[in-house]
Amino acid sequence: MTENWIEVGGLEDIPQLGSRIVQTSQGDIAIFRNSADEVFALRNRCPHKGGPLSEGIVSGRRVTCPLHNWVMEMESGSAVAPDVGCTPVYPVKVEGDSLFLSLQPSNDC
Amino acid sequence: MSREKLVLIGNGMAGMRTLEELLKLDEADKYEISVFGAEPHPNYNRILLSPVLAGEKTVDEIILNSREWYQENGITLYTGDKVVEIDRVRRQIKTQSGMAVDYDRLLIATGSDPFIIPVPGSELQGVIGFRDIADVKAMLQASQSYHKAVVIGGGLLGLEAANGLKKQGMDVTVVHLMDRLMERQLDHPAAAMLKRSLEADGLEFLMEAQTAGILGQERVTGVKFADGSQIETDLVVMAVGIRPNMALAQQAGLYCERGIVVNDTMQTYDPRIYAVGECVQHRGTCYGLVAPLFEQAKVCANHLAQLGYGRYEGSVTSTKLKVTGIDLFSAGNFEGGDGTEDIVFQDPAGGVYKKIVLRDNKVEGAVLYGDTMDGAWYFQLMRNGNDVSDIREHLIFGESHLGDSGHGGQNKAASMSDEAQVCDCNGVCKGDIVKAITSKGLFTVDDVKLHTKAAASCGSCTGLVEQILASTLGGDYSAPEHKPLCRCTDHTHDEVRAAIREQRLTSMQAVREALDWRSQDGCHVCRPALNYYLISTWPLEARDDPQSRFINERVHGNIQKDGTYSVIPRIFGGTTTPDHLRAIADATEKFNVGEVRITGGERINMLGVKKEDLPAIWEFLTTRGFVSGHAYGKALRTAKSCVGSTWCRFGTQDSTQMAIDLEKMTWGSWMPHKFKMAASGCPRNCAEATIKDFGVVGIDSGWEIHIGGNGGVKVRATDLLCRVETREEVLDYCAAFIQLYREEAHYLERTAPWVERVGLSYVKARILEDTENRQALIERFKISQQAAQVDPWAQRAKGEQAHEFKPLKIIA
Ligand code: SRM
Ligand SMILES: Cc1cc2nc3c(=O)[nH]c(=O)nc-3n(C[C@H](O)[C@H](O)[C@H](O)COP(=O)(O)OP(=O)(O)OC[C@H]3O[C@@H](n4cnc5c(N)ncnc54)[C@H](O)[C@@H]3O)c2cc1C
Ligand code: SF4
Ligand code: FES
Repeated sequence: MTENWIEVGGLEDIPQLGSRIVQTSQGDIAIFRNSADEVFALRNRCPHKGGPLSEGIVSGRRVTCPLHNWVMEMESGSAVAPDVGCTPVYPVKVEGDSLFLSLQPSNDC
Repeated sequence: MSREKLVLIGNGMAGMRTLEELLKLDEADKYEISVFGAEPHPNYNRILLSPVLAGEKTVDEIILNSREWYQENGITLYTGDKVVEIDRVRRQIKTQSGMAVDYDRLLIATGSDPFIIPVPGSELQGVIGFRDIADVKAMLQASQSYHKAVVIGGGLLGLEAANGLKKQGMDVTVVHLMDRLMERQLDHPAAAMLKRSLEADGLEFLMEAQTAGILGQERVTGVKFADGSQIETDLVVMAVGIRPNMALAQQAGLYCERGIVVNDTMQTYDPRIYAVGECVQHRGTCYGLVAPLFEQAKVCANHLAQLGYGRYEGSVTSTKLKVTGIDLFSAGNFEGGDGTEDIVFQDPAGGVYKKIVLRDNKVEGAVLYGDTMDGAWYFQLMRNGNDVSDIREHLIFGESHLGDSGHGGQNKAASMSDEAQVCDCNGVCKGDIVKAITSKGLFTVDDVKLHTKAAASCGSCTGLVEQILASTLGGDYSAPEHKPLCRCTDHTHDEVRAAIREQRLTSMQAVREALDWRSQDGCHVCRPALNYYLISTWPLEARDDPQSRFINERVHGNIQKDGTYSVIPRIFGGTTTPDHLRAIADATEKFNVGEVRITGGERINMLGVKKEDLPAIWEFLTTRGFVSGHAYGKALRTAKSCVGSTWCRFGTQDSTQMAIDLEKMTWGSWMPHKFKMAASGCPRNCAEATIKDFGVVGIDSGWEIHIGGNGGVKVRATDLLCRVETREEVLDYCAAFIQLYREEAHYLERTAPWVERVGLSYVKARILEDTENRQALIERFKISQQAAQVDPWAQRAKGEQAHEFKPLKIIA
């Protein structure tokens, strides 16, 4: 699969263990940065009741939804058991200081 | 790297719980694990053999870990193959079928064997113990072809066996050596009530009868007693006690006394060999209930995972009898004795008996019969060693008599129907919870929360869920003695706070390192707690970590269900001006606010503000003289007031000014939970000061100070702290009380449960009687306020944390 990478900003624009959103015509995408400087991109809608995941607390490779505390795996987009559900994951990468995002989800969710 | 080999002998409750704990720690892949079980089954819940015997459950329903579970977790299981030798020199075990398996570490969890009284005839067919599935099957089979059964032993196990056999249609006689049933758990009155109700159910009893022999040729036909009398029977169940199963360990030369002797890290005298469960003796005690064994399992897993900081220090246990229709609870020293006092409640007609034994105003034991609703609570008080002098008068009537008129009143878990809703937030019924507990093998409130969502929101039903757990699991359930702060650590809130203070830890990283946190970043539960503990302990040194705050506190507004925010400016003491009202009116128009509301806290809420607009609306409001109302924070919220003596014909004091002064002194302060205040001008108390965390009521001679009230989920009226004459004294007590709460309560514990936990006398001792301490608290509060009383809105209006409010990019 070839991705259409779009530059969306720099790694430093996102605080460690924090998130920023990219507004797109398909809705908001949340980009997360963890303490190891890994980045992840998820559709900014919790599979539970649509909570904005970008506002959650990030730890390791997980983010906790701010509305009712579902915990999401940022890599796969799946909810941590026993909750069940998933949210689309988007390819995102860091090159140099820049962040690139693709709008083609990498999981089927 | 080749993995070490871990071998578990005994596929039972304690051994398997250890492996489960190891998996939970994510450290199981250190080992290649093999498990040997003498029984032909995967691990099952032995406790529930009683309901299986009574026909209330099937064998399939009590399996805890299916064979697939072992496979999925990469554990090799050998069933029906007993381990017959441990060769410590070769580090190898040998089994009955002739297998030899090497180990690097060995875990012995062989449980115990029922004690068979060595009388003539005890080896006859039809004489069995009550220990495993095979025994239950033998009993069920006997009940098909025979009529009469004798159970020797009137303890917990014997009565459960007798009840089961009765349910299977047999005529059952219980033979007991002593003059009362369950003498190790019950005093005379409770035992007598129990006997009466079991007799009413059709059981027969032979008390003070000593078994002398079992009669019969091939199969049992009767039992003979020491006094020469006899009784006919087709089945004898011996339930007179258990013997730790330590033959294997003894043969291997491990030091044993009554059980296999282990230290606080669950190691035997051979450090490669661990032992847990009924087969061990720890600090002189052998346990026969699962709750302590589970604690042992946790510690053992911690050491197998090479984390090395868990210690098992022994357990206090409580008992319940799992006979449907009989409610019975017993814990600790229930007999009393020298230096103890009994509180007794007796209602023979209603079938209720309760006795609490106190020593030095602490609960030392309890027996409850007929109404065991508060068993868990007494047990908690007992284990915590709480001083109960403040609640002594109400103690016997239970927790719900401590001034609760909210949800807590709805209580009788056992008698609730399956359709009754337990969790009103998430719509979870009792039946859902019971099903999850039994089908998924849940043992803790946390597990129930995760799997059913019950008690996962407002938490007001936690007590009820705890009771349902207790009534579903029977004596197996007991709330953990030390509740860890979260899953990232084994340390409790108090231990973490003490470490922060004593080791001068000023950053989250330092705390996690000093206390061996299991996850690098922590989680959404511990991070906000640690952040609070740090900034409240070291207000001038520790740096606030926005990423560890819940979104509301990070952006200083309340997130709404649609992702917009609400904005509530502070209106000191609920008193406003035309200018301020105009400013709010202007702001609502300028920023297209969705709705304006007067809140329940005497202020005005602007709802539906977009996140991007927050800094601008704040800038607008701060330039017009407002500061943040912290309506979103675990922080000082409101100070409600009434009109007071300035206008009201009954007013004795200026409550409006009092509320304003209180709020001016305290706003901005971060707290363990939200903190609300109120000042009323006279005892008519229009500001509802007696359900606030801190409330004052004007009286002719000055002010009455009230603490620890709560509206909301569980209503609690305040306790009266003292009466004072001057405004300054009110402010002083307010600062001292707040600081004590800030320094000592657990994160997310409001003042009401905190005061109940530590006791009003304690709070009084610290701030009323100890003047020096009061002054020191006031001083520390003032220092902390220097850092806290900066308006977060003004800072953000000036551009602080700007990244929070702007999208990274907009792609058309
Ligand atoms: C806005 C307001 C309702 C209103 O429209 O009037 C309100 C709104 C919320 N309350 Fe409240 N409470 C409001 C007054 C109250 C009161 C009345 C009072 O303060 O006099 C109470 C009962 C008194 C008490 O707390 O003892 C109250 C008891 C609760 C509780 C239960 C607290 C408890 O200890 O039992 C919660 C849940 C919690 O805190 O965990 C809660 C939680 C909430 C939350 C924060 C729920 C949430 O997490 O999203 C609501 C936020 C709505 C929002 O975005 O603005 N709210 N809430 C009131 C704001 C007052 C203010 O000016 O700051
Ligand atoms: C009917 C009944 C009701 C109970 N009710 C309660 C209750 O309500 N509350 C409560 O807290 N407790 C209750 N208990 C007690 C509780 O079940 C035990 O405390 C608990 O099961 C002990 O766990 P364990 O792992 O030490 O032993 P077990 O669960 O007995 O496990 C030991 C296992 O090791 C196996 N084994 C032994 N030797 C070998 C060997 N050489 N090789 C291989 N395998 C071996 C045994 O076959 C057994 O499967 C009850 C017990 C019974 C029998
Ligand atoms: S404002 Fe309070 S009572 Fe009303 S729905 Fe929200 S939390 Fe419940
Ligand atoms: S919307 Fe995310 S947990 Fe409910």
